Amino acid sequence: MMAGANLKDPRGRPAVVVTGFDVITSLGRGKADNWTRLIAGESGIHSIKRFPTTGLKTTVAGTVDFMGLEAYSAPALSLAMATAVAREAIAEAKIGTRRSFPGPLYLATPPTELEWPQRQALFTAEGNSDKKGYDRLLAAARTGKFAGLFSEFQFASVAEHLAEATGTKGLPVSLSTACASGATAIQMGVEAIRRGDTDAALCVATDGSVHAEALIRFSLLSALSTHNDPPERASRPFSKDRGGFVMAEGAGAFVLESYASAVARGARILGVIRGCGERADDYHRTRTHPEGLPIVSAMTSALADAACATAEIDYVNAHGTGTPENDKMEYLSLAKVFGERVHSLPVSSNKSMIGHTLTAAGAVEAAFSLLTIANGILPPTINNTHPDPDIKLDIVPNKSRQAKVSTVLSNSFGFGGQNACLVLSGEPV
Amino acid sequence: MEMRDSQIAERLNETPPSKDRVAWVTGVGIVSSLGVGAAAHWEALSAAPVRRRVNTSDFAPYPVFPLTDIRLDDQIPNKADHRQMGRWQQIGVYAAGLALADAGLKGAPELLAMTDVSVAAGNGERDAGADANILKAVTAAPENAGALNAALQASLRPTLYLGELSNLLAGNISIVHGVTRSSRTFKGEEQAGVAAFRDAVERIRHGTSQSVLVGGACNAERWDALLSMEVGGCLWSGDPATVRQRGDAGGGIIPGSVGAFLVVEEAEHARSRGIRPYARVGSVAAERLDLPALPARPGEAAACANPLLRQLAQSPFDILSGASGAQPALKRELSWLAALDRAGLSRNVRHYGDVVGHGLEAHFLTGIALASISLSRGQFIPPFDEADEPANSSGSQRILVTGFGHWRGAGAALMAPIEVAA
Repeated sequence: MMAGANLKDPRGRPAVVVTGFDVITSLGRGKADNWTRLIAGESGIHSIKRFPTTGLKTTVAGTVDFMGLEAYSAPALSLAMATAVAREAIAEAKIGTRRSFPGPLYLATPPTELEWPQRQALFTAEGNSDKKGYDRLLAAARTGKFAGLFSEFQFASVAEHLAEATGTKGLPVSLSTACASGATAIQMGVEAIRRGDTDAALCVATDGSVHAEALIRFSLLSALSTHNDPPERASRPFSKDRGGFVMAEGAGAFVLESYASAVARGARILGVIRGCGERADDYHRTRTHPEGLPIVSAMTSALADAACATAEIDYVNAHGTGTPENDKMEYLSLAKVFGERVHSLPVSSNKSMIGHTLTAAGAVEAAFSLLTIANGILPPTINNTHPDPDIKLDIVPNKSRQAKVSTVLSNSFGFGGQNACLVLSGEPV
Repeated sequence: MEMRDSQIAERLNETPPSKDRVAWVTGVGIVSSLGVGAAAHWEALSAAPVRRRVNTSDFAPYPVFPLTDIRLDDQIPNKADHRQMGRWQQIGVYAAGLALADAGLKGAPELLAMTDVSVAAGNGERDAGADANILKAVTAAPENAGALNAALQASLRPTLYLGELSNLLAGNISIVHGVTRSSRTFKGEEQAGVAAFRDAVERIRHGTSQSVLVGGACNAERWDALLSMEVGGCLWSGDPATVRQRGDAGGGIIPGSVGAFLVVEEAEHARSRGIRPYARVGSVAAERLDLPALPARPGEAAACANPLLRQLAQSPFDILSGASGAQPALKRELSWLAALDRAGLSRNVRHYGDVVGHGLEAHFLTGIALASISLSRGQFIPPFDEADEPANSSGSQRILVTGFGHWRGAGAALMAPIEVAA
């Protein structure tokens, strides 16, 4: 609970509030469209049209195809979505100006590199057919004719362009902790405000990487759902017939401020980031520790950071990817944290509808967590035709329902063992 | 069994937040073309002229500084782990092991469990042979819409993806070395190194971390990374040359393979476990475009708002410049350094890329490592060549490490000896 007049959190640090936020997913652009469709149990998953899916085991994804790009590339789409949500969040917060934000940028960005269309363009450039492989690619690069690719594909590129567009201060920080990235971006903003480095931070997470190679790579790891028909039923978190996650795209942006500075400028407070927790798993590169200890630890760290008792959590926004392993581990870990209460505490997965937005997931789902609190409606876990008897959770199956929700625990567990959790509340008390 | 609320409260480190804590470097793990480890690097850098190792044949026309020979088993005992990583991750995990051993953290699971990981990363190696095959297949059948998919599925090895993912360097460090508190991976070429280091230092200062393993690796000996730089015309071709020589000739980068990891630790914690530290961290600055300009009037630096400039004004310092050789970044950096020189604040400048090459994400951390080694020896790194001015070795010195990105970003950190206030 907020300490009131002195605007600090229970641990004596500046409390951190949300004064603006927005999302883009395959369900649509902006909070309103996304929320309406989310609580209606609609799915954004569809057959992939962006590239040929001949011969592929998975032919569906939650692509975002409405940003009006001239030509697709992961960094171009990631930047377009990030810019759109950042601008909306800043406008909602009425902070700074359109071109000047009074704080740093923390951006969760996907690992991008030259893609096949660019490689092919380099390869087929005139005059080098006597060369092979990378020799030929480098000969084309040396002409300088492909210089535009350089600034597009630098790892710093998306943050650089976003920082320029929004006028954030200092070095824009790009981070990539796989599926935990979106939560990490928010956590870093929280830490900067708590340290007193800044009164405000712009935290953005974006991922527009559904291209053939990325899809095939996840497919080769047997991580993806192959329930292609109908596409809307491909993502089945916590169900007995789940078969993997569905790759998706999206972005989320948050304007975070110290409670004191938000109050001082009369800003409308949309939520509170009460706490953040993170923990690394050293068990395996793609599988969780069988006892779920690092996941348990990430959750309990977040609760401790928030000075939040388990009894205060009204709803868990699950990581809920729909892989056979994650969902089982998440259930067992939740049981360790919440005890008997785990059977009645609502836990649902946005990924059943929007798929796994990867680098963006932690931020997109934090946004949906705030909307859950504000609207008093639990989004469902859809596609639960065959419940898993080993997962004894109230997953809000198939249909949303009303509930009073004051505090949410939001989970993001990453490939490579990086786990991050957030505790979010509505208005401060 | 439900976690009792009191247990939950106890979990977190209960120290109150404060900006008074001091960050020390207590471990250095460095491997480059010069050798393995802190002592070997000091020895190599003490020989004037420094014997550079440059490979001008395997990646012609691009010279690169190749990694010295290493035995992976020394730091990664399980051969199965070797196969899960590409060369970039192997270099990083190896250097991380060196740093942990150097800091006395290896074999201390209770300390490793309280150590955070902060990695500056690019991507791992593509399979150049597979890429060549795929390109051949798709250009041979341009009308075949499914040709790319078929070629990708046939050529890409499933676990290769894990070797490529940016955050798997940190992941493998956790798995191989058992470092398991939190794990963050920063991206953005040279600025990834600045951001990773700054984050570690800030968390130590604020009391939210007790010790952080921070570092990065660069494998320069890979065609895909060379291609990424060359599309922007960034690489130097032809005979090796120094950073300044390249800058004068229009600019160009000579990449260098390197692994550079540090243990950054809270001073009281380090003292209590009796570890001998290398150096103390002063201010870390990081900007998107340019570092703050030094006030024009003498004496104003000491009073200005920027903590780095205030600290720089206090006493003389030497400079380990992380200049890459790319232009116009070098021009911007030299202009900023010239102002420090005119104000009488700085002494010698060494562009350490001259002797280890340019390590991108790992480059700034390489500079911090070299500065830490130098400060622990009580002497600035000697001139790389006999022609340079002799080092001013008047006892304890402070060292400014700079990190101007070849494309964007500017960072700097002031490092000081343990006994002296930064």
